[in-house]
This record gives sequence, C-alpha cells and structure tokens, in this order.
Amino acid sequence: MSLRHWFKKDNTEYPEFWQHYAAGFGTKPTMAISDAEFVVFDTETTGFSFDKDRILSIGALKLQNGQIRVQQVLEVYLTQHHFDSESVPIHGLLHNGKKEQISEKEALKSFLEFIGNAVLVAHHAAFDMGMINTALAREGLPKLKNRVVDTSVLYRRTLLQSPLLLKQEQYSLDEIAQKFDISVKDRHTALGDAFITAMAFLKCIDRLKCTQLKELFKSGINGF
Amino acid sequence: MANSIAARVADFMGKHPPFDLLPQAELLALASEVTIAYHPKNERIFSENQAPKDHFFMVHKGAIALKRPSTQNLVDLCDEGDVFGLRPLMAQEQYKLDAVAHEESILYAIPIAVFKPMAVAHKEVGDFLIESFASNTRNPYSRQHRGKLYGESSSTPPGPSETKLFDFQPVPYSKKIVCCESGTPVQEIALKMTEKKVGAMLIVDKGLPVGIITDIDLRDKVVSGKFPITASASEIMRSPVITYPKQLTVTQAQMALMKSGINYLCLTQDGSPNSPAVGMVSEHDVMLAVGNNPAVLMKGIKRARKTKHLKPIRNGIQQLLADYLELNLPMRLTTKIISELNDACTKQVLQIALSRMDTPPPVPFAWLSLGSQGRSEQLLRTDQDNALVYADVPDTEAEATKTYYTELARKVTKRLHKIGYDYCPAEMMASNPNWCHSVSDWKTKVTEWVSSPGPDEVLLSAIFFDFNLSYGDEKLVNALSDHVFDTVAKYPVFLTHLASGALKNPSPTGFFRSFLVEQNGTHKDQFDLKRRALLPLTDAARVLSLSHRIKSINSTEERFEKLAELEPNNAQLYRSCSYATKALLKFRVKQGLLHNDSGRFIALDSLSKEEKIKLKRTFKTIKDLQDLLGIRYNASNRI
Repeated sequence: MSLRHWFKKDNTEYPEFWQHYAAGFGTKPTMAISDAEFVVFDTETTGFSFDKDRILSIGALKLQNGQIRVQQVLEVYLTQHHFDSESVPIHGLLHNGKKEQISEKEALKSFLEFIGNAVLVAHHAAFDMGMINTALAREGLPKLKNRVVDTSVLYRRTLLQSPLLLKQEQYSLDEIAQKFDISVKDRHTALGDAFITAMAFLKCIDRLKCTQLKELFKSGINGF
Repeated sequence: MANSIAARVADFMGKHPPFDLLPQAELLALASEVTIAYHPKNERIFSENQAPKDHFFMVHKGAIALKRPSTQNLVDLCDEGDVFGLRPLMAQEQYKLDAVAHEESILYAIPIAVFKPMAVAHKEVGDFLIESFASNTRNPYSRQHRGKLYGESSSTPPGPSETKLFDFQPVPYSKKIVCCESGTPVQEIALKMTEKKVGAMLIVDKGLPVGIITDIDLRDKVVSGKFPITASASEIMRSPVITYPKQLTVTQAQMALMKSGINYLCLTQDGSPNSPAVGMVSEHDVMLAVGNNPAVLMKGIKRARKTKHLKPIRNGIQQLLADYLELNLPMRLTTKIISELNDACTKQVLQIALSRMDTPPPVPFAWLSLGSQGRSEQLLRTDQDNALVYADVPDTEAEATKTYYTELARKVTKRLHKIGYDYCPAEMMASNPNWCHSVSDWKTKVTEWVSSPGPDEVLLSAIFFDFNLSYGDEKLVNALSDHVFDTVAKYPVFLTHLASGALKNPSPTGFFRSFLVEQNGTHKDQFDLKRRALLPLTDAARVLSLSHRIKSINSTEERFEKLAELEPNNAQLYRSCSYATKALLKFRVKQGLLHNDSGRFIALDSLSKEEKIKLKRTFKTIKDLQDLLGIRYNASNRI
C-alpha cells in the first residue's frame, strides 16, 4: 500500500451522513441542462477569512428545468462561538438572534443531505465553496465533491464582446440584479441571495443559449 | 415549514386578488406549495386542447400572452399580479388558448389541490372567482379591466380587423371617487379638484350620489359670473346624476356619454342613484379603452405619473403600429407618429425621474437619444442608446454635478428598461459615466474622435453623431452640433474614414445575386437585415449629410430627400435610397411584430417570392450608393 493511501482515510471512517453523500457520486451525471438538478446556495459569514471567520447561515434551493419548488429549500442558522460584531450591520444577523440555531456539524449534515450530487451554483462560488470546505475540514471531513458553476463568471460570458465595452473584473450580485431587473428585497439573507443568484443563473443560461451541462463549465470553475 | 422565500411569495400573492381575501396563515401555507417557474421570452406555457395541469399560474414578473391558436390573435396580455389558466382547472376542461411568454417571465405555479379547498372555505374568494368567470373579466374589482379574463372565454378577441368587437369589453373605471357634500362652497370644490387632478366632483348626500360638478359647470356657472365662488355645490351641480351599473361595456358607456351630453358617468352598486357610488367613468377612460388613437395615447402619456402607467400605453403604441402597417399607411407618416409617441414616453420618463430626485437639476442639461432613436427610426422597442450633456460648471462643482446627472440617468435608464427598452449591451447609456459629460467635455471628446479616427472612434461617432434632443435645453444641443460640423470641416480626412466605415458593412448578396446569410452563431442561416441592408444606407446618409452640414435632419429617409435637393445630378439615386430605406424599415417592423423581437434577423424561407424580390430590388440601390461613396471619398472597402 502506497504512502498516499495510508494517509487517505477510508470512506468507512467518516460519519454515516458523509458516506451517504459520497455514495451519490457513483453514477454518471446527466448531460442536458433541462434534466440536471442544480442547487443554488449562498452563505452569510462573519467575514472574508476562511480560517478566522465562520458561517452564520446557509441558504439553498433546488432548481430543475427552470423551476424552483418553494418547499424544497434549506435555510439554516448556525450557533456562533466566534463572533465578529463588524459584519452584523451588513447581514442583520445578530449573535444568538431570534432564529433557531444549530451546530456547524448539524448544518453541514443538512447541507450535504440537501445538495446530494446536484450541480452547485453560487455567486463568486470560490468564496462560498471555501467557507463550506473549511468548515468540513474542521469536522474532519473531505472537500465537497459536487461540480460548481459560478454566476459571476457566467454573467461575464453574456456580455458583448466589443472593444467599446470595458468589462469589469468582478460583477457584484447587486450589479447583476440591476441589469437583469431582479428584485433585491431579500438581499443579504442567505436564502434571499440564493434566490437572486438562481434568477441570474436562469437568465444567463437563456442569454448564452446553453443546453448542455458541459457548456456551463467551459470557462466556469469546476470543483476545487 | 415556512421559509423566507415562501414569505416573499405570500407577500406578493397577498397584494393581488383573490389571494388578498385569504387569511395570512392560509396564504403562507398556499405559498409554501408554489413552484416558481422561469420562462424565457416566447416559451410556451400551455397549448390549446392540452389537458389541464394540476396548477394554475400567477405572473410575478414579465407578461404572458394568451393567444387563439387558429388566428394567433392576442386575446389577453397578463401582467404582473394577474392569474391565468384557472378556469379549465375549476371546470375540468381542456385549455382553450395558448399561453406564451410575451416577455421573459417568472410565474408562480399554484397547485389547484391546495387552493380549491381554500376557495370553497372562504366565500369571498369563491364569489370573486364566480364573478370574474361570469363577467368575463380577469378581475371584476380592479380599476383597469385590461383584457378579457382568465383566458378561456370563447368571446372573439380584438384585432386590427375585429376592432369593433373589442367594444364589448367592460369599461375601465376609476375607483377613487372624489366627492363632497352638497353644502360645500364651490371654491373649495375647485381647489380639491385641482389638488386631486380630476375633472369632475361627485356630490353625495348620506353616501348616495345626488349631483355632479364638472370643469364645464365651473366655467359656465361660476367663472361666467352667474354664481359667486361662495355658492354651495347644490346650486350649480347637475342633478340627478346619471348612474349605471358597473358591468358596463365600452360601447354602452360611449352611448351613455353621447346621450347624456356630459363627459362623466357615475357607476353605482346596483345601477340606480339609490345605492352608493363605486366608480366614475370619464370620456378619457372610454377613449383609452376604445383604443389606439395617437391623440388618446399621447394624452395618456402626459397623464402618467408613474412608470407602470406608461407600460400599457407602450403596448398600445405597438398595437397602433401593427394597425397602421395593416392599413398600409405611408411609412413616413407611420414613423413620424410612432416616433413622436415614443419620444413623448421618453420625455415623460424623464419628468418622472426628475420628480424622484431629491433636488432640482443644478444646471441646464439635455437628454440625447442616439442611434436609431436619434434618427427617429426606432419603431419597435429595441435597445436604448442615450447620452446626457449638461452646462459647464466650475471645477469645484464638477464632480458633484456629474454624480447628480449619472444618478438621474440611472433612474431614467432603469425606468426605460421597465417600459420595454432593453439596456444597451455596449453600455452606451447616459448612466455610464462615459456618456454623461458637460458640454466642453463632449466637445473635447468629439474633437478627439474626429482628429484621430481609428476604427473605434469611427464606430463611436457613427452612433453619437445621430444624436437628437429628447428632453432639456436646446442650446446645449445646438452648441454641440455646431462643434461637430466645425470640427469635421477642420479635419476632412475624418469623412474618408467614416465613408470607409460605411463601406465595411458586408454586402447583402453574393456573386450569383443570392442572399448572403449568417454562417454561424444563434442566427445561422438567417438574413441579417440590419447589418447587411439598413446599416449601409444609414451610414452613407450620415457621411453625406455631415459633408453637406445638414443640420437637424436625422432620419435617414429625410436625409436622402435633402441630399437629392442638394445634388441634383444624383437626385435619382438618392430618391431611390430614400425609398429603399422606407421599404426595408417596414420590412423589419413587420418581421419584428410577427416574431415579437427586434426584427433584425429574417428566416429567408419564411418569405414569399414577392417579398424576396422586393428585398433584392433595394440591394441594387445599396450597391450604387456604395459605389458613389467609394469614388467620392476614395475609400476602399478592402482594409
């Protein structure tokens, strides 16, 4: 047995919910966008550092064939030990606020159960993926296995190729929402942002005329 | 489990009937069962004779067109908050119409299994539905009966050829009744009418209508001196009031107005003066319902106080355009009228946006339409291209002024987007700081473009030089156009560049006089009418009129007419160019209306032989014009 195998934990050593999650990736995923299941998600955090900051809440919704079932959403708030008061004004989530809170492990468990092997969609996905993966690592778990689409990358692709239009490096969710005329009422709640991201995602696909999953990954980021 | 999305859905549903009649808890339960569905433009939601789905729909964003499949006539346009596809589910029958996304839309699919018990349990909800099915209106209580119903009636739809039947629609009326007691002094009434911006005041006694005072009564009886301004309402009011039930059709209302010789009707609960008033119908309301008359639409635009009031008017303009084309009215007249109306819309949007700013504009400014809108050739709703110019300010205030105007422009472009003008994909909009400058900054920009023309500069000036004043200070615009002409005269080489830019447009036909279609992309095998046929004409017209200093004539067709006057030896060519422009424009509009798009790309196999010949005939003219440009400016199209 090689050294690499020796370091890598056997799947059976992970808790049952991880095994269940990992088992979903055996089959080959569907190819057409209209068949694929997407989970659009967003995390609200105490800050921008993967190590120092913590997830305050996760919001996620399922998207299939352009449809979102209002019942099939995930909205969890995490108990905070580490607390950075600076980020509160942005998100309006107060330390031990009124919402029912669960532990980080419980939250991850619900999240994994919710996403299964769906394709993940997030705005500036690298950040949200990083936050979730760091949290998984804290619980002694490997990184997420899902494929990921970043709407900020997708949006750039919808823009006109023209020397007259200077593309920005980054497009914030607010800018995209304004361009696509998406209401930003629930901005800065995890589920609200996930919903805005979902709408932006659908509008991007329509404008790019994508039909196959692989077209989404062309210049998007795929996994970590 | 109630989540924040369910709460948001419930919020929206609760604002519209019949869901506003449901208790909060049940509304939330219903909202949790909703599926939110996204439909790109022109996607079909259901078709005629399809078995009913297990849910009906509510429009959250966008618009859904209900069409009769046999004729493709539009029966109803469902707007935000409207419900459709419910009746077949209630009656358990097949859909009788096609539902197609008229715009990119977001719908709530509401499961009938959850809603039905609620409708049964709450009598008001059931009553509402019965009433709306029976009266064939989508919403019997709403102020505006925009169209016909849940979309499944068998009544004949309105259309250019069947406009008469449209008149059997229920009349739209205003539910906000402005009224007062019979003892009120006339002066007070006049003040209140001014404040509420109404033309008539209802006089009530114990809640029942007893009389009416209109602008005319005030003029005839008070201003003329017959009564003092201290007279009481009962002295000058017209009594008894002519009352009608609220289920009044447009035609009935028209007849009633003519018969009574008064321009307001009062609607009461049971139609007699012995029940409380529920609404007022003005002559204007009736006219607007009857329709597509430019004068009425114009009045509607001027009256709009909110952006959302403008949207239905814009749809009316589109309908008017379709009617005009059907009637084969001269294209010049059609473009004139439609552009005037579009222009008025833009003006009104600016006024609305200005009223939403915290402070009045610091210095004079002008809103410029660019591109096709600037040339008054924008018949269909396409992209918005615009710019803003403001008077020079001292350096100390430069930044604050720019911030103010970009903010104003942001408000305007957002509202234009709301009423159907897409954002410019190249960001050529006044909300972009690069298109919002003071006069001197614009002048510097123009000089830059003209003195060192590269391909980008030529393209930018091609778009910018067709600017036209939409709103604001004319002096600023004149200063700018004078500068353009002076600068161009100083750097004649610029015209050569502009001419070669015009010649760079790909030619419409191939060697064997066959159409050249697009080779790849989304529009593969379609003919690009804009790039290959219209653009060469507009570009050439621009170069030639710049060289002749033709000021304030922007439309391509009129530019050619003017050129024919100025250059008698080429008059014949220019006249046929003018004709070709009109023909192509008409072609594009017809295609656009047919497919609900910008009409830019044409699938050739959808054209009749006659249409193809007509198209090709214009190409010969384009070729001749390009030759003339090539020789005159010594420009080659091989770069």
